[in-house]
This record gives sequence, structure tokens and C-alpha cells, in this order.
Amino acid sequence: MTRITVNVDGVSCTDEVEPRMLLVHYLREVVGKVGTVVGCDTSNCGACTVHLDGRSVKSCNVLAVQADGHDVTTIEGLSSNGELHPMQAAFHENHALQCGYCTPGMIMQAVDLVTENPNPSEEEIRVGLEGNLCRCTGYHNIVKAVAAAAGSMSSERTEAR
Amino acid sequence: MTAVDDRPTTEIGSARLRKEDQRLITGRTKWTDNIQLPGMVHLAMVRSPFAHARVSGIDTAEAKALPGVIAVLTGSDIADIQGLNITAWPITTDQKAPDHLPMVVDHVACAGEIVAVVAARSAAVARDAAELVDVDYEELPAVLDLKEAATDAVLAHPSLGTNKSAFWQLDSKAGGTGGDIEEAIATAREGGILIEREYRQQRLIPSFMEPRSTVVDPTGDQVVLWSSTQVPHLVRFGIAATTGLPESKIRVIAPDVGGGFGGKLQTTPEEFVTLAVARTLGKPCKYTETRSESMVSAHHGRDQWQKLTLAAEKDGTVTGLKVELMCDLGAYAGLVGGGVPVLGAWMFNSIYKFGAYQFNCTNYYTNKTWVDAYRGAGRPEATYAIERLMDELAAEVGVDPMEIRRKNWITHDEFPFASVAGMTYDSGDYEAATEKALGLFGYDELRAEQQRRRESGDPVQLGIGISTFTEMCGLAPSRVLGSLNYGAGGWESASIRMLTTGTVEVITGASAHGQGHETAWSQIVADRLGVPFENVEVLHGDTQIAPKGMDTYGSRSLVVGGEALVRAADKVIEKAKPLAAHMLEAGVDDLEFAAGRFTVKGTDKGIGLTDIALGIWTGHDYPEGLEPSIDADATFDPVNFSFPHGTHLCAMEVDTETGATTMRKYVCVDDIGTIINPLIVEGQVHGGLVQGIGQALWEGAEYDEQGTLVSGSFVDYTLPTAADTISFVTDHTTSPSTSNSLGTKGVGEAGTIASTPAVVNAIVDAVRHLGIDDIQMPCTPERVWKAIQSAGGTTDAAPVADAQAHFDEGAPNQDPAAGTTDGAGQ
Ligand code: FES
Ligand code: FES
Repeated sequence: MTRITVNVDGVSCTDEVEPRMLLVHYLREVVGKVGTVVGCDTSNCGACTVHLDGRSVKSCNVLAVQADGHDVTTIEGLSSNGELHPMQAAFHENHALQCGYCTPGMIMQAVDLVTENPNPSEEEIRVGLEGNLCRCTGYHNIVKAVAAAAGSMSSERTEAR
Repeated sequence: MTAVDDRPTTEIGSARLRKEDQRLITGRTKWTDNIQLPGMVHLAMVRSPFAHARVSGIDTAEAKALPGVIAVLTGSDIADIQGLNITAWPITTDQKAPDHLPMVVDHVACAGEIVAVVAARSAAVARDAAELVDVDYEELPAVLDLKEAATDAVLAHPSLGTNKSAFWQLDSKAGGTGGDIEEAIATAREGGILIEREYRQQRLIPSFMEPRSTVVDPTGDQVVLWSSTQVPHLVRFGIAATTGLPESKIRVIAPDVGGGFGGKLQTTPEEFVTLAVARTLGKPCKYTETRSESMVSAHHGRDQWQKLTLAAEKDGTVTGLKVELMCDLGAYAGLVGGGVPVLGAWMFNSIYKFGAYQFNCTNYYTNKTWVDAYRGAGRPEATYAIERLMDELAAEVGVDPMEIRRKNWITHDEFPFASVAGMTYDSGDYEAATEKALGLFGYDELRAEQQRRRESGDPVQLGIGISTFTEMCGLAPSRVLGSLNYGAGGWESASIRMLTTGTVEVITGASAHGQGHETAWSQIVADRLGVPFENVEVLHGDTQIAPKGMDTYGSRSLVVGGEALVRAADKVIEKAKPLAAHMLEAGVDDLEFAAGRFTVKGTDKGIGLTDIALGIWTGHDYPEGLEPSIDADATFDPVNFSFPHGTHLCAMEVDTETGATTMRKYVCVDDIGTIINPLIVEGQVHGGLVQGIGQALWEGAEYDEQGTLVSGSFVDYTLPTAADTISFVTDHTTSPSTSNSLGTKGVGEAGTIASTPAVVNAIVDAVRHLGIDDIQMPCTPERVWKAIQSAGGTTDAAPVADAQAHFDEGAPNQDPAAGTTDGAGQ
């Protein structure tokens, strides 16, 4: 067992974990962040995507011990002061989810994408989401939602200036 | 407490944002795998790596010795209580079906079957211990190929004595719905056109994103089973019918379910094994599959060889169609199982007027994963076949493929139309949908571009694919199901509870898993009862809350379940009316009901429905002989199916040097009757399209010669990604269905059914001038390239009528211009 301290959604968590434990299992089973889900065992689906120090990672592809001393943000830590993150709002407004299983990972990846590229083209959005599978939506509305969120996130930044 | 009036004039038709989104976008969703119960035990399955084997011994000692392991159980340990995975639809009374035991006792019929289960303190320990279970297998010869299965040279289940499960036929002459197919074929062979083709419907994996999970708590008054299933009511029935647990002792809950597409329309071995272990140990148990387990053990879809003979006159008027299907059921007949291909029986004739028709379907067992419903179930296979054939006929006659469809389809003034397969199509307008689609697509411009590219010898050729489809939805009139030997009904139920403080609970027997029922059902009830959308709560997916239901599949929820809801709402109004009359001191006949209020005609006196609900709850003052309640239940059994249709147009670019294909444009105009929520409808269409496109271009379950599923993970089973797909143009025409009062037709499967042939037609159209008239799905670059190579670049190899090969009895595809038919071991 190894002792780790991870800041998860703004709360410092210190736990004993098996060295082989994956970050996604640490989040779900130890911290109770069941908003982050597992969709595959080959790092293909992206359902488990979270932010590690602000950048997206597939949490099934990271060991819990590798997150020791780092910040993890999950879908549950994305909204602030009871307000949805613009990406969450855009997914709702554009009907970018059906069953919702891919949604937490998709939103976390989309936030990362727009942070890196505030004004993405449709092509750039599609390529940026390539590692996140959705079986329900056919991606059409997800692409629309990400474009809409990019717009509202950049106007927010302008207003903040 | 009366209704507020800031709602849209009608909820039906408005693009309400979904109620269910909030928890899904914030990570507070209730997936089965999220459930943690005190003292819960975790399970891992030991699965057979062999396709066909006898289990000669299982040594569990080492596994049991691992710290944290609670028990290791084998098939014989739970034999008395494990029950059976049932088949609800023996398509004939003499259908052969091996018993499908959740856990193998001695005979393994496909790789992935469960041979032992480990219960441990954690999932990780359970998995470690599962590796330590030592199973002795005596390997048996396996039959993997469908056509080999038909020869009975090797048997999937030696005890059955044959691989053949059943044969089912529909014949228009025998049924009195049309002429003699053999006559039509003979006439066409003499002086008309005969198109003979063999198409392959490859095996697909439904690939819902949430792996299946089951939690069982056996410790309460009722045994509670949570499962990521589409069919909680059918699971409860299956348990009661086969495990010895009384139905009244079983509660099944489908919490939030992460997609299904037919793949969770099943009673699964995993559910039954988890239940048996929980009962044996007397402790709550959880089992969640890995993706790799899901790929090999959850049922697959499609998997047919289709032998087709289309007879026509020289001008392209179709006179008959003969369909001969060979269908691979895999190792067992599933819940719908052998009935899935039979659902295509009424759809091969599609929107066309054929004089004669015959559908033949033979189902076989092989030592591969079982096959059952996958989005569209039987109807995509039928639509693919006929829409490919119509293109072939057009090429033969030498006219535009849309022309050949116009010549043969049912015109708008011919409805209701009695089809050659014996269905009555109640409404539709194929001309209108097609006109709209052609305009949105820019059909003529794209045809002109295609011509330019042909003439200039552009290495990138353009193809246009058409699919004018229909499907039958709203499964199903119970009497029809009875006549087909199906084991259950097709009704749906709904209840409405008018709560005292002005809100409304709606209970539905349909069980959503991403479709947005909570939103759409709220819209229907809000309109009908005149209550605010926000004040309606929709409850479902728990046999204790919604005791009666037939669940969600076959585009049935809205068409059948929505109508049950309408009827329950109307009963609420009927029950409230005499109470309103009493409270308003007026005669019943003097009352009108609108926008949630009863008013006395010609006066301003009135009372709201929700006020009546409060009044009747106190029960202080109501007429003698009435019951103090306005709550109501309804069960609706449809009298007919509904028949959505649409025109789908696809433009594909094909690089003739590399075989690479690129989708350029996709337009669809669907007629799904009345639309309750356009936002939800668009979403269903988009998702459906990509699943159908996935079959055309990328997806396929492949086995090696040992019977190992080689496309057993998301690395090898290539699902469409955002980068592979494009944005679609979707639109609608509306001719309301007459089979339900809302006029809805169902939309869940439309996109999947229509898109596959549209894409393949487009690819074939792009290279037809090279002498190619078929490419087997999935049309990967490799297959397209091979087809181009083997066509030898001849520019004028289009087959002529008298040079067409004809089927010899039992011979494989003789179409000389067909593309590659590799895919051994499928
Ligand atoms: S669960 Fe992490 S990529 Fe699929
Ligand atoms: S919404 Fe179901 S998988 Fe994306």
C-alpha cells in the first residue's frame, strides 16, 4: 500500500492505495467520484477523462500513485458556485447527450480542447474529440455544443477583461 | 394551485430541453455500477476461451485460498437455482433450441461462456482469483461459418442432432396477398429482367457505452436486482419463470442505463449468475463486466446471408421478389433470437408494389456469441437488400435509381395500402419526402459533378446513394404477436397520479435508456391535462413503481406507451368531471374542459384539475357512489403497426487509387408522423444514422478459425468517432399515423435502417462505371481497393440481362461483377 495525497475537485484527499490501482478506480471507489465512469479496458473510449493539473487525461491510463501531489478535476468539480460550466450548459442546450454515459468524459475533453484552441473549426473539434466515443448522438450535436461553448467561453473572457 | 399560463400553447411539437440532462452533465447519474451496499460482495466470471468444449474438471482450490475470496462457485453448485435464459419467440412450434444455462454445467457452446464465478471482498481480488481457477476443457470441433453450419458436418450442439433451428416462410400466394413468385420469376427469365444477388449482413456488436452491470440484494422482503437493462419487466418474468423465486418476491430496477440499442434487450447469464450467487451467499453482490467481456458475451446483431431474386419487366416494373435468408443465431436462441430476422419478413417489399413475394428464413446455430436484436432488428437487413436491389435494377434498365423507385413505389393517394406481405400501411407520402430531400441535397448538381469527374477520369470519383425506406414500428398488436407464436404481448401501460399539492406523477411501463422519455412524456401530459411541464414527474424502470410494462425496444415507447399515457390522462379528466360538476353545482353536460380547467359553459365559473385533486384528497365533500380519487391507469394494445418512412441521400467520394472513401454529404427527410419534441427526434436520427453508417463502413465482428473473437475490444472493433463522421442535414414531412391518437410513428431505429444502404449504394455508384456492382460490408478501403483491382479497370463491364448468371441450387454468389467476399470464419 502506498500513501498518496491528491487534490480532487478542490478537496485534499489522503489515502492508502495499492500501487497498481488506476486513477479512475481511486476516484470512483475510494473518493466516491462516481461521475467519472469506465467504458473500456483499452484506453479507447474516453469515458474516464478528467483533468490532471488542468489538462485532460484518460484516468484509466494513469495510476493513482502518479496523481500523488497533483490536482484532479472531475465532472463533479467543473461547475462553480452552483452555476454550470459553459460547456455543461452547451451540452444541455444543444441536446449533445442521450444516455449520458460518455458525457462526463466528453465534457472534460471538450473543455480541454477549447482551452487549448479557443476558436476551433468543426474539423478541429472533430479531431480533438476523436479519443472519446459516443454511441448515442452520432456526434452531430456534440460538435455543435462545443462550438457554442467556445463562443460563450470566449465572450466571457472578453467581458472579464 | 391552478396551472400557470406561461407555457407554450402546446407542449407537443416544442423543442423542450431535456429534464434528464441535469444529473447527466454534472456526474450525478445513477449507474448500476455506482451502487454500494453495506457488506456487498464483488464477483468476477471465469469464462471459456474455447468455442466448443466439454468441461471435464474445475479446480477452485487455489482461487479459494487467495485472501479476500469468499466463494468460488461452479455450474453444478448453482444448478438448482440458476434458472434459464429464455427465448420468447420460438418462430415455429418445432423450433430446435438448446437450453441456455446462465452458467455452463458441462457443455460450452461458445467462447466467453461462464464456467465459474468468484465472490470476493473487492472486484480486483475477484479478478485475480478468477485467473487462478483451473478448468480442464476437452475441446470439441467447432462450427463457425454459417454456410458450413448448414451442412451439419460439425454440430454446434451435438445433442440437437442438427444445426438448423427453424425454417419460416411467408408466401404471398399462399397468404392470398399476391401472386405466385415462381411464376413471376419464370416470366422474367423469359422476357424480362431477373436480378439475382447474394448479400452479406455482417455480424455487429451493439456496443452500448455503459458496460452491463448487475447488483442483487437478496436480504430484504423482496430480492432486489438492479441491472443496466432495457427490459426490467421481462427480466423479472424470466427470473420468476425459471429460478423458482416467486414473482412477488422479485423487484427489478433499471436505474440510469447507458445505452442499449437492443443489446440490453435480453435476460443475461450475468444477471442470473449474480442472482444465484447472492441467494447462495445471502449477501448483496455486484458484477460489472469489462468491455472485453461485454464484446464477447453480450449478444451480437445481424449476421445473415441473403439470397435475393428480383423479377421485373423490361421497363423496370417489379413483378416479384424472392428472399432466402440464412441466419446465424450463434450458440443460442436469445430472447427475441430467431424472431429477429423474421421481423424483416414484412419489410423486404418496403415501399413498393410487387405482384408476388416470398420470404424464406432458415436459422442455424454456430459456436459463436449469440445473436439477437440490434437497432432495427430484421428491418435494416431487409431495407439493405431491397434498396441495393433497386439500384441494381436501375443500372440494368439504364435509368436513374430514383426513377426506378418512382415507377414502383406506392403513391400518396393509394393509402391505406395493403402490401404484398400482408401489412396495411396506414399513411405516408413518399413523393413529398423525396422531393424535399432532393432539393436539400442538390441532387442534380451532384449528378452533374459526378458526370464531370467520370469524363475527366478524376481519380476521386463521386457516388450518390439513395435509400427510400419504410419500417414497421410500434411493436406490437398482441394478437398479431400471438399468431406468430411470440410468448408475450405488445401492449403498454401508464398511470397518472394527481398529487394533492398540484403536481403530477406519471408512471410508464416503458423503460428509457437515453431516449428522453421523461421530457417527452411530460410534454404529452402537460398538454392533455393542462398542467405545467415542470410539474410533471415521470417514473419508470422499477417493477415496484411501474409494476406493468413491456419496456423499451422496437421504436415502441412513444407509439404504444405514449398512447397509453393519453388514455390514462383522458380517464383522469373523465373521473374528475362529475366531481367538478358537484363542486361547481352544475350539470356534467354543462362542463367544458380546456387548459386544465373545467368551466361551466357560458359563465366564468370554473375549477382547475389540480384543485379537484386537492378537494378529493380531503374527501370531505363528494357525490355518493363515486370513489375519492381522480388517479387513473390505462393499458393500450395497438391494433396496427406504424410505418415511418423517409428518403435518405448520401454522397460519397471514392479514391480509386487507394480505396479510401469520404462522406461528402448526407441528407434525410423522414416522415415519422407527429413530432412531440423535435430536439429529441433530431438526436435519435443523428445517432441512428451513425450506427447504420458504421455498419456500411467500419464495423464487423470477426472470428478466427479457433472461434476466438478477434474484434473483441474497442481497438479492433472500430466504432465511428467524431473525426470519422460529418454533420447531417435532417428534415421532415408529416403524415400522421392513424394507429394512435397522437399520430406518432416512432423514430428510434429509422436512421440506422435507412443509412446503411444509402452509403453502400453511394460507394457502388461511384465505381459502377468500372464494372463493380457490389462491395461487401464493411466497405473498408481495402475491400474497395480490391474490388477496383479485380474489376481490372474495365469501363464497360455492366452486366447485360442475358449474360446474368442465375442461381444454381445451393451455389454461392454467382454474380460475376461482385466485389470481394472475404471475411472467412464469419
Ligand atoms: S475507460 Fe478510460 S478510455 Fe475507456
Ligand atoms: S450519450 Fe450515450 S454514449 Fe454518448
